[in-house]
Order: sequence, then structure tokens, then C-alpha cells
Amino acid sequence: MNIAVLVKSVPDTEARIRIAGDGASIETQGVKFVMNPYDEFAVEEAIRIRDKRGDSKVTVISMGPDRAVEVLRTALAMGADEAVHVSDPAFEGGSPQADARVLAETIRLIGGADLVLGGKQAIDDDASQVCAAIAEYLEMPQAQIVTELTLSDDGAAATARRRVEGGDEIVELRLPAVVTCEKGLNEPRYASLPGIMKAKKKEIRKVTLADLPLEADQVGSAAATSRLVRYHPLPERPPVKMIPGEPAEQAKELVRLLREEAKVI
Amino acid sequence: MAQGILVFAEVREGQLKAINRELVGAAQLLAADGAGDVFVALVGDGIDAAVEQARTLGASRVYTVTGPAFAQYATQAWTAALDAVLDACGAKFVLFGATAMGRDLSARLAARRAAALFTDCTEVALSDGNLSVRRPVYSGKVYEERVATSEIQMASIRANVYAPVAGGEATSEVQAVDVSIDAASIGARVSAFEASGGDTVDLTEAEIVVSGGRALKSAENFAILQELAEVLGGAVGASRAAVDAGYAPHSMQVGQTGKVVNPKLYMAFGISGAIQHLVGMRTSKVIVAVNKDENAPIFQVADYGIVGDLFEVVPKLTEAFRERLGKN
Repeated sequence: MNIAVLVKSVPDTEARIRIAGDGASIETQGVKFVMNPYDEFAVEEAIRIRDKRGDSKVTVISMGPDRAVEVLRTALAMGADEAVHVSDPAFEGGSPQADARVLAETIRLIGGADLVLGGKQAIDDDASQVCAAIAEYLEMPQAQIVTELTLSDDGAAATARRRVEGGDEIVELRLPAVVTCEKGLNEPRYASLPGIMKAKKKEIRKVTLADLPLEADQVGSAAATSRLVRYHPLPERPPVKMIPGEPAEQAKELVRLLREEAKVI
Repeated sequence: MAQGILVFAEVREGQLKAINRELVGAAQLLAADGAGDVFVALVGDGIDAAVEQARTLGASRVYTVTGPAFAQYATQAWTAALDAVLDACGAKFVLFGATAMGRDLSARLAARRAAALFTDCTEVALSDGNLSVRRPVYSGKVYEERVATSEIQMASIRANVYAPVAGGEATSEVQAVDVSIDAASIGARVSAFEASGGDTVDLTEAEIVVSGGRALKSAENFAILQELAEVLGGAVGASRAAVDAGYAPHSMQVGQTGKVVNPKLYMAFGISGAIQHLVGMRTSKVIVAVNKDENAPIFQVADYGIVGDLFEVVPKLTEAFRERLGKN
């Protein structure tokens, strides 16, 4: 079974995000970049499926600037077999759909996949659109926000548990399919030292626009469907009103304020 | 040029979801700015009751796609259905709730229609006839303002942002759109729904959220928050620290790698306020923090603060709310 895993390099969850002076970009200097946390679940799941089934291959694919290579090395160190770095100046500034088009063609280029795994969303643009668009372009079914994935023995079908409001949906899938991963799916492993050493030596295949059956106007900013006006900082919240006294008084006063001042109860 | 706003109205258990009223509220504001007529689309099987509810929302027309092929959610079937409704109504704008279904479906439809799609918006407006939005990015650490340039323009909207329309008489006309689905072409379908325990309100849709941190010290102790939430008709959440410690399931986690909530009242008990928690609740209208540590960062985003022991404060609060709200 061929498993393609999409990974992205994003600012660390604890990173402070600063708007650059132009208002339309984010300062990246001094920001630590890591593998998108939801993609870690995808890599882990792919490795587990491969190890359980045997005769399978895990290919990690990352689109983005040079730092994407670091994320690919992390995935290789975790145990992925091959890595593909999708990068071309022409890809910059694309919509999620334009990026998905590039990634879908990359998956075709490497011989297709029986299962495409990704994170439920990337914690930078938070678009959560790329995987569904890839499913559309590759004409595959999809299951998103998945916390449990079970493949049939013949590898032709899968059952996914997906998190929705107020509960879980159980989705019956036919493979090949696209699945996006949610926290809870598994516990991603740490790369072992030998794994890291081995990953350093592995070749990472580079894919550019010239390798894909796409025209320049189908990718990157040439295919943008929206325009960034600017970034805005979070609105300031008014200063806190501390409520003094004993617990019983504090409770009474808080309830009064919520009722009479804030009017939320 | 195409005009009109199509609202995808999600149906669950035969009922319209609460967020649909908010979406129609947002659509009406866009319509008032000249975005055209408001249409509502429903997809499902045996959804007559939901269609009747949808007719009361004040839309120009309610489009329905029904039949046995739509008995259980299937992304591809729903995409085909909405694609057909979009052709039938000719809308330029499409609004979804930023729910699991709305996100799943909108992403697939946007790819099919080469449309701009903005996920999880906290503001939608018109700018020179195009959809202009604000939405949190970088997990809610900043907002981006974007304007669509595509022919069809879509957005999913976060719950509890727009005021719901009250609705009135069932006046909207209904137009059924025939969509035939080849069952063999549908590769993924929901086979079952497992509710996550009782009739508790879902976190992301709750108007009041009561959350606990590691200071709760055990899963059993969350019962005191449960009791408070019950008195308030709210939902119970938890910080990542509490979830990691095993006091609460991940489905209750509020924050960056959990749920983003946007209630009118958020109460944080024993939560210090790590950035990854704050981004999940910061947009709440009113925030109350109770913490032993007066320097806890949670107080920087709180409207009302109490420095104290949550085990002393929570029971008193439950009592005070019960008294005030006249509940026994």
C-alpha cells in the first residue's frame, strides 16, 4: 500500500506571532518552526499502518520554502520511507485550492497513493481546505477530523471515527481516500537517534512546476482567489475587575455583576 | 453579474441546527448592503420538519435536495447537491457554519467551483461587491482581513458571532432540486452517529462555558463544574493541562489543539491562561477567571476576576446562581 502524508512547516504552538511593519506579513525572524502538530498524527498513523500491513511505503510530501526540508527530515527520522519537497517560486501566494492542485499532481507524479493522510488543519493559515481539495482533484472520498482509523484486511476499505459537534460520526470509506487527522488518533513517536542519523543521509526528491502538468497561471499568486488586505492584532480586552471579599460575598457580587453590568445571565 | 447569498442549513437529527439562524442573520446583513437575495439550502432525507423551520427564517426561497441517497451525510453526495442548488439559485456568495460538516463540505465545494473560501470567519461584509472577511489565523493569535476575487465566494462562520434571526411565519417558497446520485460514486458515507454523553450542550455552540484546569486535581472533581454548568445551562470545558492529566477527555479541551469556543460567558477555574488556551476562548464576550495565583495570565484577558480557592468559590457560585436564576 502506498501512503502519502502531507506535512507542513508552521510556527511552534508557543511562538509569539508578530505582524510586520507592512501590516500584510508576519515576522518570521526568531520564530521556531516545527511540523504542524496535526501532521504528526498523520505521519505516525502512516508508519503504524505500514508496519502492520507490510509491503507498504510511506512518502511524506511538504510544500513550502527551504524550512519544509527540516519537517521532511523529522518525518523520515520518525520512520517515513521517502520524502518529496515541493517548491518553486511560482507556487508562492497560492490559494488553498491552488496549493492542493500542486499537491494532487505531485501525488500523481510519485505514482499515486492508496491513502492520503494530512492534519485536520495547519495552525498557521488555519484554512483546513487543502486535503478536501486534493480529494476533489484526485476524485477520492474523504473523511476529516479523524480520531480512529481501521483499514480492512484487503486494504480496499476503512472505517473512520470523526469528531463532530456533540459526538462522533462513523464513516465507511472506500480506498483510495483522503483522511485528515485529529488529536487522539495516536500518540506520535519521537524520532530515535539512529532514525535521525539515517534521515540525514536520505535523499529528498525535489518537485518544481516544471515536473508537473500545470501551467504557471494555475498555481501560486497567479491562481489566487482572494487578496490579503492586512493582519490585525487581537482586540484589546478591557482591564479586569477584581472582586474582593470572602468566597460567599465574591460569588454573590460576581453573579450581580454578570446580571446587571455584563447582562450575560 | 451573479448576486444572492446561499446559506447552507445543516440538519441534525431532523432539526435545523441553531447556527443556521445566525448564518441567515449574517446573510441578511450582507443583503442589506446589496449582496442580493437570501436563499437557504437543505439537504437530507425525511427533513420536512426542518424545511418548515427554514421557511420561517425570512429567506426569499428555500431549496431542498432530498431522497434516500441523502439519508446519511456523505461529502460527495452533499457536494453534488449544493453544486446543483448553486446552479439553480445563481448565488455569488455561499455561507456555511464553521462546524465539522460545514468545514468538510465547503472545502470540497470550493474546490469544485474554483471559489474563494474563508474558514471560521468572525466577520463578513461586502467590499465593492466582493466578500470581505475577518478570520483568526495562527490559531487565533492574529486576525487576517481578506477580500475574495473569485466568481463564487464562500465563507464558514464561527458560532455565536452573529445574532440569530428570530423568524416568523413560514413564508419562504420551497423549490426542490432533483439531484440523482449514483450510489457507486459515493466512496464515503456516515454509518452511525454516537452522541458524546447525555443531553449536554456542545462546547462550540454553548452560550455559557465553564472550564477547569489542572487545579481541579481529579476527574471526579469536575462534577462541581458540571453542577454549575447545569444551573447555567452551559457546557463544561477543560484546559490542555487538565486533559493531559487525564481529568477530562480531549473532546472537552478548549484551546489551540482543542476546541475554539465563543460563548457569551466563559468561566475559567484554576486555569493559568497559557497562550494555547487563551487563543481558544479569547473572543468570548465576558470572561470570568478564578485562580489562586493573582499573577496568573488568565486575569489579563478576564473581565471579572476572583483570587481564591476554586473549591471554596465554585459551590458558593453555584448557590448564588441558583438563587438568582430561581432554580432549585
